[in-house]
Amino acid sequence: MKKTWQSPVIQKMNGGLMNKFGTRTEYEPVKHIDGVSVQSLIKEYGSPLFVLSERTLRRNYRDAYRAFSTRYPSVQFAWSYKTNYLNAVCRVFHQEGSWAEVVSGFEYQKALGNGVPGPQIIFNGPEKTNEELELAVRNGSLIHIDHFDELFQLLAITDRIPEKPRVAIRVNMDTGVYPVWDRFGFNYENGQAWDALKRIVTSGKMTLTGLHCHIGTFMLSTNAYRQAVKKLADLAWRCKTELNTPLQYLDLGGGFPSTNTLRGSFLPGTDAVPSVDEFAEAITAQLTELGYGTQDTPKLILESGRVLVDDAGYLLSTVVATKRLSDGRRATILDAGVNLLFTSFWYDHTISPAQDFTHHTEDMALFGPLCMNIDVLRQSSNLPLLNRGDQVVIHKTGAYNMTQWMQFIHMRPNVVMIDEEGNTHLIREAETLEYLQQPEKIPAHLQQPEKK
Amino acid sequence: MYLRKNIATSENGFIFNPSTGDSFSANPVAAAILEQLKQGMTFSDIKAGLLDSYEVDPLRLERDWDEFINQLREANLLAD
Repeated sequence: MKKTWQSPVIQKMNGGLMNKFGTRTEYEPVKHIDGVSVQSLIKEYGSPLFVLSERTLRRNYRDAYRAFSTRYPSVQFAWSYKTNYLNAVCRVFHQEGSWAEVVSGFEYQKALGNGVPGPQIIFNGPEKTNEELELAVRNGSLIHIDHFDELFQLLAITDRIPEKPRVAIRVNMDTGVYPVWDRFGFNYENGQAWDALKRIVTSGKMTLTGLHCHIGTFMLSTNAYRQAVKKLADLAWRCKTELNTPLQYLDLGGGFPSTNTLRGSFLPGTDAVPSVDEFAEAITAQLTELGYGTQDTPKLILESGRVLVDDAGYLLSTVVATKRLSDGRRATILDAGVNLLFTSFWYDHTISPAQDFTHHTEDMALFGPLCMNIDVLRQSSNLPLLNRGDQVVIHKTGAYNMTQWMQFIHMRPNVVMIDEEGNTHLIREAETLEYLQQPEKIPAHLQQPEKK
Repeated sequence: MYLRKNIATSENGFIFNPSTGDSFSANPVAAAILEQLKQGMTFSDIKAGLLDSYEVDPLRLERDWDEFINQLREANLLAD
């Protein structure tokens, strides 16, 4: 029997400081996702291919819900549409009991289309048109006002339609984390938020239902949420006592990180980020300290996205070529690039080979297929030698990539979901030239190839 | 083109160039090739032997061979 081939390679040995974490010696190929072989997925649906695990989506939701609901009596999650608004993904979360959190008219329509009742849609964001607001008011949705212009826009709408808008305001604040996200909502410290609340209540034309904040994204500090709870609770208390308006909910937004590793981070994500349980403990302990959690307690709403979906998503890709760069480094070119993996701009995604390999490893740069210098998935990753045609699994790609992906140079590929029984379902078809060109119009004088 | 005479190699893939002080590690296939280069075998004889003993098609071998020879040249291990 012939021996297994591996590309012959030499590596220069460099003296220097030892890596304090030691050298990784064992690699495992990732040949299956939820019991379905990577090879068969690519064979059936092509490469590159996004894969979502329904099992992981549901498990993540249940874990997060349990973390909060075992600590606080009234908890509601609202699925953050912008994180991943593929309908199949949204519907998994809605089946689990999640409301919808949307930030545009088109997302609002998607939520309605997914069967979410109007009163269970939270409408956030700095831009809402009159038509969108009127629809949301008529449907009894929760409108989170972002600025005074929107507040007055809504007041004008109340003159035109009989329904009373159900509103909250988004509050921004200093929680000890910098930069302070003060571009959205009304500021707590300078009294703007209180002015807005007074204006809403004294107008008599709107129902003030709650308070909302979203203090940042990929938050690495649980203490910031404690600060946010304190400040929101202070406003809620003043609404109750000074404006005689008890609030139905406090919406702490999202921002919990996934276990992806941020670029430049010293520790891997799995070691650096607090768990959902730790965030739940910080938020609910603070609420309890302030006397919430007994009678007349406001509902606690969470708009988590990333932490629920990131590790349920995989991007499968195939090696197009390998080459040596001028400095001797190996470069591996994949058929998936930053056009699909927007998050590679801020994460060092883990990439695993999907087939057996020999045990020689090498630091290599991983590039995508775009004819653009920016198309770098990893500047350096220690991987076994990969050859043309080999397949890889890129991990934790479920958040933001399937919404922020670009139709640039290449078209977007198929997206499949593996259900809890291990069946695969195509949930978004690969784009075609016809689909892309459908909205284009060619002026009459350009219909002919020759200039007249 | 041949492997410089003063290059020291070991069976387990350690390479030392006494004139530059550089040392390298080779994976098993590379170590086997170096051993045969050291014995003065021609490129074509070594390749024929590799095709016989490894599960590799001729095109892939050619591609990997060219890259490996390039690596040896860049590492200053080959002489014309």
